[in-house]
Amino acid sequence: MKELMLGNKAVARGLYEAGVCFISSYPGTPSTEVTEEAVKFDDIYCEWAPNEKVALESAFGASLAGRRAFAAQKHVGLNVAADPLYTMSYTGVNAGLVICVADDAGMHSSQNEQDSRHHAIASKVPMLEPSDSAEAYEFAKLAFSLSEEYDTPVLLKMCTRVSHSQSLVETGERTVPEKAYEKDIAKYVMMPGNAKKRHPIVEERTKKLKEYAETAMVNRVEMGGTEIGIITASTSYQYVKEVFGDSVSILKLGMSFPMPEKLIRDFAAKVDRLYVVEELDPVIEDHVRSLGLKVQGKELLPLVDEFSQNLIRKAFGKEVSEGPAVSDPIPARPPVMCAGCPHRGLFYSLKKNNCTVLGDIGCYTLGAVPPLGAIEMTLCMGASIGAVHGFNKILGSKSEKKTVAVIGDSTFMHSGMTGLANVAYNQSNSTVIILDNSITGMTGHQQNPTTGLNIKGDPAGRVDLTALCKAMGIERVRVVDPYDLAACDQALKEELAAEEPSVIISRRPCALLKQVKHNAPLFVDTDKCIGCKSCMKIGCPAISMKEKKAKVDETLCVGCNVCSQLCPKDAFTSTGKEA
Amino acid sequence: METTNIMIVGVGGQGSLLASKLLGHLFLNEGYDVKVSEVHGMSQRGGSVVTYVRFGDKVYSPIIDKGEADYIVSFELLEAARWLPWLKKGGRIVTNTQTIDPMPVITGAAEYPENLVEKMKALGVEVDAMDCLALAEAAGSVKAVNIVLLGRLSHYFSIPEERWIASLTANVPAKLLDINKKAFQSGKGEN
Repeated sequence: MKELMLGNKAVARGLYEAGVCFISSYPGTPSTEVTEEAVKFDDIYCEWAPNEKVALESAFGASLAGRRAFAAQKHVGLNVAADPLYTMSYTGVNAGLVICVADDAGMHSSQNEQDSRHHAIASKVPMLEPSDSAEAYEFAKLAFSLSEEYDTPVLLKMCTRVSHSQSLVETGERTVPEKAYEKDIAKYVMMPGNAKKRHPIVEERTKKLKEYAETAMVNRVEMGGTEIGIITASTSYQYVKEVFGDSVSILKLGMSFPMPEKLIRDFAAKVDRLYVVEELDPVIEDHVRSLGLKVQGKELLPLVDEFSQNLIRKAFGKEVSEGPAVSDPIPARPPVMCAGCPHRGLFYSLKKNNCTVLGDIGCYTLGAVPPLGAIEMTLCMGASIGAVHGFNKILGSKSEKKTVAVIGDSTFMHSGMTGLANVAYNQSNSTVIILDNSITGMTGHQQNPTTGLNIKGDPAGRVDLTALCKAMGIERVRVVDPYDLAACDQALKEELAAEEPSVIISRRPCALLKQVKHNAPLFVDTDKCIGCKSCMKIGCPAISMKEKKAKVDETLCVGCNVCSQLCPKDAFTSTGKEA
Repeated sequence: METTNIMIVGVGGQGSLLASKLLGHLFLNEGYDVKVSEVHGMSQRGGSVVTYVRFGDKVYSPIIDKGEADYIVSFELLEAARWLPWLKKGGRIVTNTQTIDPMPVITGAAEYPENLVEKMKALGVEVDAMDCLALAEAAGSVKAVNIVLLGRLSHYFSIPEERWIASLTANVPAKLLDINKKAFQSGKGEN
């Protein structure tokens, strides 16, 4: 029976049928649901690791032990896992090992739109690239066969539109291949003497995989006339088919590394004009050019953002008819911190104290948007702490009294800890604020080492943040409730004034967590409200001004009372309604 | 059959995921090829969200581009106007008249445009506008706005009502089925 399946769920189904026994991942949009769907199969051990490097190393260990293993992450996550990846290419695997990387062209939920195919080329690890859910499912299974046949980890490259689109999948049964672990120092201990011998094996393997690519089922030609030939891959294939149907010839590459030569030459010879349609970097195009073929690609199509059918229509000179538009300007609707978000109170205090805030990756990045506008830098996971250290080392007393790093609990465990170790070790007078909302929020509520629960929500080990920071050598560690503005203000002032490194843990669970009890929503006593807009400074989506008075949207308000602490006239009152 | 394109637009957190799930289920059972494209991650935090539902003999692209939507089903009025350029000539807007101020309006940096239904109609667009929130509340839950909208959308398809109800039954919890059936009927019955 055919089932309508999210691309990420289709990958999980493929993993199940391929007999995967071990999955370790770190959440990241658009990759998260692969692991969340896989955990629904009782036969697969799944876990959230503290970061992508640990996840991939754990998956490697499971492969070494003789069971098929898997790790998933977003594109920037693979940067974190790049260190083990590049050397795993040398060691090869025991049981099959597949690594899913999900790119985000268009940056729906990312800080850059890097093209992960470069990792495949640089690490010399083969990469498969599905274009819909059916292929995501098939390629996930194929990846394990290739991994064992060619003794290599295999990359499975998804992208937002493949990961987060549902299309039809026909499923099969699970079989579990098992291998025994055998000690093999020359293969698995990558010290120079051994690695020198493994590198030529990698080059030889790539040659063989190139031969495989010439006839691989995943690389297919769909002939449709000899005038135009288009080489394409991933979701771009779907846009090309949408625009041209069967009226052009297409070479669809399901394997983006290594790429075939003869197959491409033969295809090029059959058509008058050759094009490459690929999102982001000209990876296929450069390969085609390196074969001495005449091709058009990035002269016509952009290097940035995701593609669509209209973009391709325009690039190929076809007509596009857009719909009507009202003449009024349509106000933007950017994402905002939710009503009752525990980050809001803390950010208000940061803004009020005119702090320079070096930020990190998570929901709290939204502290950078108006009216809070409180974050001045966001780079990558964990960077806030490294950056505040360097910033303070250079500016000294000019910055130490007003500069902070803000980082979430999950991000701190991911790669903030090492930054804090540096603050403690090299003693910068830095203040680090850990926004502990007891969950990994932005990616949709995943557990992490500080929550005390595992991926299934069952009790697990728990890292105590206060004890951890102290053990690292930070003497000043304190906890505040971000709903208490006076307490936030005091903690901030005292820790910034202190002549030593300090950590403030701003602790309150995400308001969207099911177990969090909400208070009754508030309402505004319009007789008391003087329309001063003090409550508007926190950017709560539940508060707006109606007829020069503040108004609370009762359907959104969770009664956090942060607004009422700003009101000079005590105009906010509980409705007393059951939340 | 040529591909039919339905966009579901609204504000992150309004429950468009169930609407697209139900439509996907329905069209699949009708024997069509179906693609549904969702938004996850940062855009869900109260931002403008869009889900694409496409069905036909063979569907390629997972997304719907400007000028291609046969129907735009909107949970919020401003979002209907925002996505209007995606409507195909002769396409139809099915929208909730509820308004939710976006942050630039809340902070006073922008204004919420007035009379959007009339302005869209003045452009020659077919607009079905109704207070789905009130209808959902009357049916028993403010959360049933999505089903009211689908009830209205069902008007324009030749798929028999019992098939819609079957997809509804398959996708909502049993204890909420009666409320959702009522919501569907009230959406369908409104003119």
